[in-house]
Amino acid sequence: MKTGLLIIGSLLLIIVVVVQIGKITELAAKIRGEEEVQIETNNRMGRFMMAFLIAFMALVFWSAIKYKNYMLGYGPHEAASSHGPELDSMFNWTLFFTGVVFVLTHIALFYFAYKYKGRKGVQAAFLPHDNKLEIIWTAIPAVVMCFLVIRGLVAWNEVMGDVGADDEYIEVEATGAQFLWYLRYPGPDGILGERNYKLITGSNPLGQDWTDDANLDDFQPTDLVLPVGKKVRVRITARDVLHSFFLPHFRVKMDAVPGMPTYFVFTPTKTTEEYRQELSKYPEYQLPSDPNDPESEPLWKTFNFELACAELCGKGHFSMRKVVRIVTEEEYKAWLSEQQSYYMTTIRGKDDDPRKGELLPGESAPTEEAAPAEETTNAEETTTSDE
Amino acid sequence: MAHATTTVQDQETKLIEELGYDDHFHEHEHGDKYKSNFITKYIFSQDHKIIARQFLITGIIWAIIGAAMSVIFRLQLGFPDESLAWLQPLLGKWIEIDAATGVGKLSQEFYYALVTMHGTIIVFFVLTAGLSGTFSNLLIPFQIGARDMASPFLNMLSYWFFFLAGVVMFFSLFLSTGPFAGGWVAYPPLSALPQASDGSGAGMTLWLISLTLFVVSVGLGGINYITTVLNLRTKGMNMWRMPLTVWAFFITAIIALLSFPVLVSGFLLLMFDRGLGTSFYLNEIFIGGQALDHIGGSPILYQHLFWFLGHPEVYIIILPAMGLVSEVLSTHCRKPIFGYKAMVYSILAIAFLSFIVWAHHMFMAGVNPFISNFFVIFTLIIAVPSAVKVFNWISTMYKANIRYNSASLFAIGFVSMFISGGLTGIFLGNSAIDIQMHDTYFVVAHFHIVMGVAAFFGMFAGIYHWFPKMYGRFMNETLGRIHFWGTLIGAYAIFWPMHYLGMAGVPRRYYRFDSFEYLRPFEDMNQFITIAAIITFGLQILFVVNFFYSIWKGKKMTTKNPWGATTIEWTTPIEPIHGNWPGKLPAVQRWPYDYGKDGREFIPQIEPIGPNETEVH
Repeated sequence: MKTGLLIIGSLLLIIVVVVQIGKITELAAKIRGEEEVQIETNNRMGRFMMAFLIAFMALVFWSAIKYKNYMLGYGPHEAASSHGPELDSMFNWTLFFTGVVFVLTHIALFYFAYKYKGRKGVQAAFLPHDNKLEIIWTAIPAVVMCFLVIRGLVAWNEVMGDVGADDEYIEVEATGAQFLWYLRYPGPDGILGERNYKLITGSNPLGQDWTDDANLDDFQPTDLVLPVGKKVRVRITARDVLHSFFLPHFRVKMDAVPGMPTYFVFTPTKTTEEYRQELSKYPEYQLPSDPNDPESEPLWKTFNFELACAELCGKGHFSMRKVVRIVTEEEYKAWLSEQQSYYMTTIRGKDDDPRKGELLPGESAPTEEAAPAEETTNAEETTTSDE
Repeated sequence: MAHATTTVQDQETKLIEELGYDDHFHEHEHGDKYKSNFITKYIFSQDHKIIARQFLITGIIWAIIGAAMSVIFRLQLGFPDESLAWLQPLLGKWIEIDAATGVGKLSQEFYYALVTMHGTIIVFFVLTAGLSGTFSNLLIPFQIGARDMASPFLNMLSYWFFFLAGVVMFFSLFLSTGPFAGGWVAYPPLSALPQASDGSGAGMTLWLISLTLFVVSVGLGGINYITTVLNLRTKGMNMWRMPLTVWAFFITAIIALLSFPVLVSGFLLLMFDRGLGTSFYLNEIFIGGQALDHIGGSPILYQHLFWFLGHPEVYIIILPAMGLVSEVLSTHCRKPIFGYKAMVYSILAIAFLSFIVWAHHMFMAGVNPFISNFFVIFTLIIAVPSAVKVFNWISTMYKANIRYNSASLFAIGFVSMFISGGLTGIFLGNSAIDIQMHDTYFVVAHFHIVMGVAAFFGMFAGIYHWFPKMYGRFMNETLGRIHFWGTLIGAYAIFWPMHYLGMAGVPRRYYRFDSFEYLRPFEDMNQFITIAAIITFGLQILFVVNFFYSIWKGKKMTTKNPWGATTIEWTTPIEPIHGNWPGKLPAVQRWPYDYGKDGREFIPQIEPIGPNETEVH
């Protein structure tokens, strides 16, 4: 409370002082003649404009160099997906064009502000328009825009396209809910089983229909684990409100919409381990991962790709994190073989199992699902699970 | 000097009497038309000059509230571990105090409510009503030579619906479940379901009522502005002789009238979903342990309806600011605005394009990616008329004789902000880049600079410039200049670093950044932004003090036309009177930008074209 009063008191004091300064300058202007004071003001403001231009440009370039490592495609912030570098290059081309325009227009703006400050006895030139000039500066931006639009749209249609009929890919599912992500893999059959939101219960968070055989081998891991170099189709859904599936390191983003599955297809190009090795070259990643413990591992060693939510979904929006691990093909297979079917571990034989006491196809008694075969990702099979 | 100005004024009066148009206004209105007492003169006033001031002061009050909210949530973002217990007297239960340590935390729910209210208030109440409402009301009748608006009564209603909208929104701040907290865009299902967020209960109901009232206000105002411009122009004031301010207000009113009703239709469907069990926006939702019956709707439908207003809305905000800046810049450069017709055509082009780009807010919303192709093309085409405007403003300053004061400083600052913020739009409008940038701080930086700060700069330029017209006094220049330099530097200090945050993938609308490893390195930057925001907010208090102090104590206006402007609002008496001009209405003889022509510093619009003079078209 005391500090609050102190702040208010000092604020009031500052205001009073400033108002007095204002009054005094007004009085001074009256005494010295308004025109003379205006010319003096013009000179001072003109010089300020020039100073601002220099300082502003210097700070812009300084900050761009200082924070280079945050910018797309530079330093450690390199894309880890196959389509990422194209987007980063688009970004940098746009940065180049807009940067040139930014610098030139600012130099013109503030230089004119300095050069043509009001002087005594000078009259402004009468220049109402110049059609030739105006046509030129309509045409130049139009041409640059054409270049950016064409490149942008080619990239966009490439990136946003769905998988082709004979593409080989892995399909996984991410479901946003307040306030966590559920991940689901199709299991050895390569098919994500049917879901119905009316079937959602505490033990069946995704509303999987257990009478659909395709669901029996689906599993729900804690981390999003993907093999490097393999095309992934993420089926994105939401359980309650809008969410957005955002993988910043992979340049992947797509809203999760309740009742309407969306998708994003991408190919990871770097394993987590490879990305860590690259980060280890940068001094900012040598800092201890725990700021309170200088002995802790350096940041690059503990680095992980992350999945975030990018669409406001309520008060826990900021905390919807999942770890993304990109591994080699062998590691991926080993990992897959360890995963256990959600149905088998959590539902089978319980009260809410609709197939309780029933024999499952191809078995005589409930057993754990075996390791996946090589052909986990057959296109023809997986497309049936879409929609 | 004093003698010379008197003769100029006498000459002007003579010109109006000789050439003006006699509408016999004062013959029919003996004395006080409305027999006004305090209430009809200052409160339920039908005079456009009073209504303009009502819009402005209400806008300023809302701006203080909206900006103060941003300071509070910036404290949370910059200093998430500091105790905010000292804010408890103001925020009450929204500061959650840990009984053991005494550390006060801003509640998550209320953080999002602040973010939401900040956006809603600034976009609608300040930059729509406070900016366009103020200056359309003040300047349209003055600059086209009208006695008042076409319908002074609807004009009064327009203000009072805005006031009512404000009252409802203000009440929603005190609900026990808190005001609406689902973002100013209010996307369902979050905004449709009270189970999804506390603020989506009564808070959202009041939010919807408030904004519906607001749209009524915009509609009543808009009809009036359009009718007045089309029907009440004085003799000689053809469309190509209108100042760019009037052009901007006119086009803005048309955009608003075409787009705001679509927002209401979107809101109506949302109200049905909330209250009547319909499923326009809802489909297959499981929330709060319950599967809802709503089936078959699409949340994306709402986004289409919302952004069909939402995108034109940003032009509803920025076009009036552009108009004000064009006028202020030309007047104080003592030079005609460069490419007047190109400026008008670019306003028209921007207005037209603003209706066919809305889905660029929805590239990543799950709409068919093919559709995005069209929206990318039209969005990036907007860069062309915008560039033309920028180049024309800069050319207006070429070989000028700039008179520096708070108004012209803010006009120049506007151009800088519009360039900086406009260029980042080229990144975001390109859907391929938007994949990464969508909903990050890059977007926050972009729209705050281009339509937040820039529009505020335009508004400040307008206020400093026309303050003498409104109150017969000047605002203090020294304070105004401190205000300008502080705000220019402060605004860049706040929003420039956000570009880097956005590039690094920091999502917007996060309460804390420590849940994610990749968001941790930005602590210093967030602290810097918060400190810059607090200082910049403090400087706005300086403006508010200057504004209210100057209303009563500012330097008095001694001549009718202190800026040496050509436009006809400066031919009215210093003491405002009902009907604006005491005798005849002035007749307009030329375009509004004859500055520095034929060796004369300026030629008023009411002066006929001389025998040896060529008219500028």
